[in-house]
Amino acid sequence: MRIGVVTFPGSLDDRDALRAVKIAGGTPVPLWHGDSDLKRVDAVVLPGGFSYGDYLRCGAIARFAPVMNEITKLAGPPDQVAPGLPVLGICNGFQVLCESHLLPGALVRNEKQQFVCRDQKLRIERTSTTWTNGYADGAEIVIPLKNGEGGFIADEPTLDFLEGEGRVVARYLEVNPNGSYRDIAGVSNASGTVVGLMPHPEHATEAGYGPEANDGTDGLAFFTSALQGVLSA
Amino acid sequence: MTSDSVNTYGEDFDASLDQTVGLTPAQREALDTVDKAHRTPDVEQPWAALGMKADEYEAVRKILDRRPTGSELAMYSVMWSEHCSYKSSKVHLRQFGDKTTPEMREHLLVGIGENAGVVDIGQGWAVTFKVESHNHPSYVEPYQGAATGVGGIVRDIISMGARPVAVMDPLRFGALDHPDTQRVLPGIVAGIGGYGNCLGLPNIGGEVSFDPCYQGNPLVNALAVGTLRHEDIHLANARGNGNLVILFGARTGGDGIGGASILASDTFTEGGPTKRPAVQVGDPFAEKVLIECCLDLFRADVVQGIQDLGAAGLSCAFSELASNGDGGMLVHLDRAPLRDSTLAPEEILMSESQERMMAVVRPEDLPGFIAITSRWDVEATVMGEVTETGRLVVLWHGETIVDVPPRSVAHDGPVYERPYARPDWMDVRQANTPDHLHRPSEDELGELVVKMAGTPNLSSRAWVTAQYDRYVQGNTAQAMPDDAGVLRVDEESGLGVAIATDCNQRFAALDPYTGAQLALAEAYRNVGVAGGRPLAVTDCLNFGSPEDPAVMWQFAEAVRGLADGCQQLGIPVTGGNVSLYNQTGSTAIHPTPVVGVLGILQDVAKRTSSGWREAGAQLFLLGTTKAEFGGSEWAWSQHEHLGGLPPAVDLEAERALASVMASAADNGLVVAAHDLSDGGLAQALVEASLRFGVGASVSLEAAGERDGVDAFTLLFSESTARAVVAVKPEAVEQFTEACRTSQVPVVELGSTGGDALTVSGRFSLSLAELRASHEATLPEALNA
Repeated sequence: MRIGVVTFPGSLDDRDALRAVKIAGGTPVPLWHGDSDLKRVDAVVLPGGFSYGDYLRCGAIARFAPVMNEITKLAGPPDQVAPGLPVLGICNGFQVLCESHLLPGALVRNEKQQFVCRDQKLRIERTSTTWTNGYADGAEIVIPLKNGEGGFIADEPTLDFLEGEGRVVARYLEVNPNGSYRDIAGVSNASGTVVGLMPHPEHATEAGYGPEANDGTDGLAFFTSALQGVLSA
Repeated sequence: MTSDSVNTYGEDFDASLDQTVGLTPAQREALDTVDKAHRTPDVEQPWAALGMKADEYEAVRKILDRRPTGSELAMYSVMWSEHCSYKSSKVHLRQFGDKTTPEMREHLLVGIGENAGVVDIGQGWAVTFKVESHNHPSYVEPYQGAATGVGGIVRDIISMGARPVAVMDPLRFGALDHPDTQRVLPGIVAGIGGYGNCLGLPNIGGEVSFDPCYQGNPLVNALAVGTLRHEDIHLANARGNGNLVILFGARTGGDGIGGASILASDTFTEGGPTKRPAVQVGDPFAEKVLIECCLDLFRADVVQGIQDLGAAGLSCAFSELASNGDGGMLVHLDRAPLRDSTLAPEEILMSESQERMMAVVRPEDLPGFIAITSRWDVEATVMGEVTETGRLVVLWHGETIVDVPPRSVAHDGPVYERPYARPDWMDVRQANTPDHLHRPSEDELGELVVKMAGTPNLSSRAWVTAQYDRYVQGNTAQAMPDDAGVLRVDEESGLGVAIATDCNQRFAALDPYTGAQLALAEAYRNVGVAGGRPLAVTDCLNFGSPEDPAVMWQFAEAVRGLADGCQQLGIPVTGGNVSLYNQTGSTAIHPTPVVGVLGILQDVAKRTSSGWREAGAQLFLLGTTKAEFGGSEWAWSQHEHLGGLPPAVDLEAERALASVMASAADNGLVVAAHDLSDGGLAQALVEASLRFGVGASVSLEAAGERDGVDAFTLLFSESTARAVVAVKPEAVEQFTEACRTSQVPVVELGSTGGDALTVSGRFSLSLAELRASHEATLPEALNA
């Protein structure tokens, strides 16, 4: 099972995502932003970081990278029912997915105008996705959150549509760390192959190096889910 | 795009040697060349405005046997500034080398003098670490000053051949409730976060301390750590006649000009002109790309020597690379890619634009070098070549504007034996002991514990540390608020390092010799308590003006204390930084020798947390307690008192304590351990209980009786070489036996559990109440 992780200039959590894929039992494949060759991967992770510095809107430049043209093509439009290439966008990757219109909505500066790093409690709201099928319905997990521009916003009809279609993948519990509308931490496309998530499951895959709660490995299932899901597809 | 300029100079190198085009006759006429300097010996030069003294200017004239050109004057003035030349501190800093024994060098791969020291941690791994100051820029422009402080120290780490893996920030501010602190602190914290987070470097610790002495002169120290294999060590030298000198990274702009000479070596005076244009502006994205680019260059083995551009910019890089190598270099300054085409050569030489590096590359490696820089879209320019002439020659459109012996710029700067004397007021200060201060009654003790947990210096630092990414890279085993940051270095074996930085400026104010040793002792203890075996030291010595004999005495004493302490503990100083002129008007800051200690853990999975997670562990107090309140947090926060003597240092006791704790961690005997420092036992119990929300019940009788001290002293004294340790019930015998064998005094305190901190027969404080006090202080002051 080959899972690619894209490195843009300014990507920071690419090596962590590669490690997480390996811990989950997959074959990690580094992908380069300037390269349209996806190296026959079965799924792609867009990692956290500050692609191209993100001095414009976060992800606004990354969406034009050659690698993104290819990924956008293979992932398919967000409302398409047939499953396309599975993509998990984490943090900056989520921003890139929104800028690429693979997911609806946008991410804006945190409500309190400060970067925030914390162990964040989430509820998994949709398990019928490539990346969350290993979680129990309504599972509560703790994974790191670290962002400066993590506020998920969309207009009311879009939010209602996402809720109605069951496309909210994860919601913040206890604390809404960044002012995201309706406490939304992650959303998916219609088929559940493309997921954007602001917190960082790749930092919670190895006991001793993640959050202090629950052994610190609550994020691992995002990656094992993909292996499971891709295998059964 | 970048590769254009590279190709021009790369492929067409010989032709570009004679670049006489590009200057108008008027510009050529105005250019100050070596020729012109010979012809016009009596021209008035602005040496004073550049921060030089008359005798220093005369010394330059003597070295050159003529007046310097404008460009030469620029180079000498920045390189001979206090910041770059260590001219006031050199004579004292020698002790760090002189007092390092051959045994202490055992693990030292690279010592003082290079960009950063490198220590062997075993299994073929090495670690490089260093702490530096960026104090003055951070006061002028908090965000950019702090951000570029992080950027500068990280480039020092890269230039050793290492991958940067973490940063830490010891910070000091004026009073928390002062309006200017609310300008300076949020800006500095945001700057450190904004830059460090964008580099993908976990921030794993540091300090935040408040004292009115820093009101007009906050301290922003930044520590960076890097890891590398032994064979990857790179050094800053230019060897090999004909090898190419390549400038790469960001373009050179007008930022930071005169930063080194004027900002870092001058004192802030009220009502003076604003110095904002001299602060550099950082671009963390450019630096992140530069890190990855450099690591690829090292992997491809296409770099012979490398140097980062920091203070003094190109002046420093040219002269240091040349004098550490074969001694000669010929460069074409007009090839430097500029952000501002109107910059004069003097300005280009002095610019402190960030995110730039310089490499020495064999001609046959140039294509490989350019392939890598192009892949990362990093601009690279061949500036010139290494020569055997013994001269550093700089051309500007073909005209010689610099022709100097490089050592005279980089290493043979002035050395001052500044007068120093113990000031008379030290007697008054030390005689003003805390003995007369009103002590709380027995039934006020509980209330005092709650109050102390919320003082600006003891309260939770979460408001600051929540703005830093501690997770990136996936190797952070421990970060704030634990005693030491712990990083995994080898993902297979779990080999890693623990690092702590500490300094109590009040102790140093009462006795700088002891104060420096106390800083060393605390950092050493923190590493030991976390389970590390201390191995090496870095320091950042922040002091006032060296022209004040009292300050110079503080400095001399602190250096002597630190060097003696390191010798006694058997761990070498591997590098560091001196920051002088930290004062407002004639009032200097307290002497602030910040010490960082690095230790090894064979397996970071065995590290010891500073808090207990579970009920039922047995609590012990290690070390002995005396009534030591001079410079203590209690005396300062409750009485605004600073006087008497600081706690006594006992480095043998520290060594024994750290050794017992490292063994206990290895053998899995302890569940938690917290060092006792600011705020004493009371604060350690509060922090260890709040860490995971598990309380404790303790009795002070046994310890009090043994040491002959009352409950107040036991709770709030800041005696050293102490720790509170939570031991697994089944390991109690083994642990206490180990303490006795190592002659570490050990006494039982109680056990963990419940949702309160209870001192039997005296008070019981709910964790909720303690947490409210501990966590409210910074948000209330800073979220206004």
